[in-house]
Amino acid sequence: MNDTQYNYKVVRQFAVMTVIWGIVGMLVGVIIAAQLAWPALNFDIPWLTYGRLRPLHTNAVIFAFGGSALFATSYYAVQRTCHARLFGGPLVAFTFWGWQIVIVLAAITLPLGYTTAKEYAELEWPIDILIALVWVAYAIVFFGTIATRKVKHIYVANWFFGAFILTVALLHIVNSAEVPAGFLKSYSAYAGVQDAMVQWWYGHNAVGFFLTAGFLGMMYYFIPKQAGRPVYSYRLSIVHFWALIFTYMWAGPHHLHYTALPDWAQSIGMIFSLILLAPSWGGMINGIMTLSGAWHKLRTDPILKFLIVSLSFYGMSTFEGPMMSIKTVNALSHYTDWTVGHVHSGALGWVAMISIGSLYYLLPRLFGRTEMYSTKAITLHFWITTIGIVLYIASMWIAGVMQGLMWRAVNEDGTLTYTFVESVKATYPYYVIRLTGGLLVLSGMFVMAWNMFKTIAAGKAVEGQIPPVSAGSGLDAPAHA
Amino acid sequence: MSDFVDGFWSLYVAGITLLSVIACAVLLTMQHQKRAPGQAVGTTGHQWDEDLAEYNNPLPKWWMWLFWITIVFGLVYFALYPGLGTFKGMLGWTSTGQYQAEQAKADATYGPVFKKYAAMDIEAIAKDPQAKAMGERMFLTYCSQCHGSDARGAKGFPNLADNDWLWGGEPQAILTTILEGRTGMMPPMGAAVGGPEGVKEVANYVLSLSGAAHDAKLAEAGKAKFAACAACHGPEAKGNPALGAPNLTDKVWLHGGTLAAISEQIDKGRTNVMPAHKEFLGPERSRLIAAYVWGLSQPPAGAK
Repeated sequence: MNDTQYNYKVVRQFAVMTVIWGIVGMLVGVIIAAQLAWPALNFDIPWLTYGRLRPLHTNAVIFAFGGSALFATSYYAVQRTCHARLFGGPLVAFTFWGWQIVIVLAAITLPLGYTTAKEYAELEWPIDILIALVWVAYAIVFFGTIATRKVKHIYVANWFFGAFILTVALLHIVNSAEVPAGFLKSYSAYAGVQDAMVQWWYGHNAVGFFLTAGFLGMMYYFIPKQAGRPVYSYRLSIVHFWALIFTYMWAGPHHLHYTALPDWAQSIGMIFSLILLAPSWGGMINGIMTLSGAWHKLRTDPILKFLIVSLSFYGMSTFEGPMMSIKTVNALSHYTDWTVGHVHSGALGWVAMISIGSLYYLLPRLFGRTEMYSTKAITLHFWITTIGIVLYIASMWIAGVMQGLMWRAVNEDGTLTYTFVESVKATYPYYVIRLTGGLLVLSGMFVMAWNMFKTIAAGKAVEGQIPPVSAGSGLDAPAHA
Repeated sequence: MSDFVDGFWSLYVAGITLLSVIACAVLLTMQHQKRAPGQAVGTTGHQWDEDLAEYNNPLPKWWMWLFWITIVFGLVYFALYPGLGTFKGMLGWTSTGQYQAEQAKADATYGPVFKKYAAMDIEAIAKDPQAKAMGERMFLTYCSQCHGSDARGAKGFPNLADNDWLWGGEPQAILTTILEGRTGMMPPMGAAVGGPEGVKEVANYVLSLSGAAHDAKLAEAGKAKFAACAACHGPEAKGNPALGAPNLTDKVWLHGGTLAAISEQIDKGRTNVMPAHKEFLGPERSRLIAAYVWGLSQPPAGAK
């Protein structure tokens, strides 16, 4: 412990766990994808049934894999862009161990069937309380570090990390308000359509702030670093940051089109989702254009490939999302596998790829090396992942549109042309293709784990030196050039 | 019906909705900046972590256009459709209205197809190939979830193709079942037949009725205790369609025919429900489904 060095220990811990939880979460995903194609694969064991493993999969990939990646990268970036060691002393270690306990508790309780039945917020109330405590500690560490920074300006990545931390605290606490009815059973504090609205206000902002703002923070640090180029436009980052904040909060009702939710609320959800298109693309433009003047690096640098392709998927899914929120499109897409494809183009294409790229930048620096043990393995990982994701989302697009069309087809006498089970049967080949895509992505994670352990074995844990106050800190520079 | 407890909240939500849209427009206007021709773009002059810096490029024009279009579209939509508190929108559109219009259109289009069969005998409908096909499609859509695509049922859900009926197999009885639903209720009989020992005896007696393997001594003892069951199932255990009480002598078991399953049934009783479909399907569609279901257990024409 000293004030001349950055805290790399917690970054290392979270970085390694990101890879481990990535493998666990994606493995569970592959298992349930296989169950959809071959339902007998739950072996009639309650703990292995789809209904219990699906929330385990979503919690593991979002909160364990994505969450650990966000902790690792935000802790690294905030220290290095503030020229200050992480604030909060023992709170830092508490965030790591607390978060790991949350994940282990989720992995135990969800297969046992303990659930609040709120999507992406299934964990029961004692775990919810622990999450809230860890998150408050995270906020103290992060904002404390910002407050004790040695540079005048707050770097753009930290705006996004900060917005993500604040908003997730708000979302989690409001949506998880519940009345305990025993040690592992509770009832939501809200009822009926209000409960649904609060749930999707939470649910879509989990996408907007956990899976978008947080990872944009990652993008704003690691892309300029890896490309060795300044960020394309400060101005653009201001506009799209504040526009995202203004609009994301409203988008939740698009999950409840054509339900008991009042028409006015549905309209608000649709319109703000459409307005979200430009602010979302602002982040993509700023990231991709950062590379202008250095496009050639894309040919040889697989880390940049991960980072830039992640932005392409981000642009694609943030175009698709607003389209799907239009009521007439939603009437076709809702409840089909199109939604599943959309989610994974965001979750695998954007969230996973930007995390993987950032980790490949991060890991060698945490272990006193200039690069990963094998650059070829990174290239291999990139191609396996990209092909896997394309197979996944293309099969789900086709399956989803097909299901939507089959469900609405009517005969001349007004009876439905297809029974539900016929649409299930027609989806079977696409489920198999999706499983293949998922398997490719999972095997890529094993390549990454191998590369990571080789890098660790060949390196040695190091701590970063905090630069002396004057050197390039901008602290003495005028407020605005 | 209002979604708001008082007028303030309508204004409040409408106000912050508009404010959020307008804030985007203000932000966009504030940050609008043209680049002088030939002028090189510099960085902001800030620097972090050795080499992190930011250019200050103007906002891409096409992107600003995209943003403006969505903002204007949003404002126009809020003027036309419900979205701002209690303001109904200039088009007067509601999702309920849209549903009712689609429903009315469907009734106008498809109503005549079904009218034709409204006055027809159910037996006669069952012989009409077109009606049979329509009935089958509706059965597959609305009934197969419980009774199976082949109508042969599953545990707890009766087989409709075996000419064994809980509530009567006359065409009119089947139609009533579809329209009104049925609730089959057997009370727990454990105490009435004398506790666990009595349950075992009666269960063995019930097994003996259809010639299944049983313990003859226990069955003999159970025979007397079956009096408690006879009120519904009849002294001969042939059942009673007025109550939905099943025939126990025919080897058809809705909830399982093992000693354990029958004992559980006697001990704990059971409530089994077929939901009513009158409101959902209406009498005309139900009639076609009734004809299809009745036809399933009728011998093919000519084969007697």
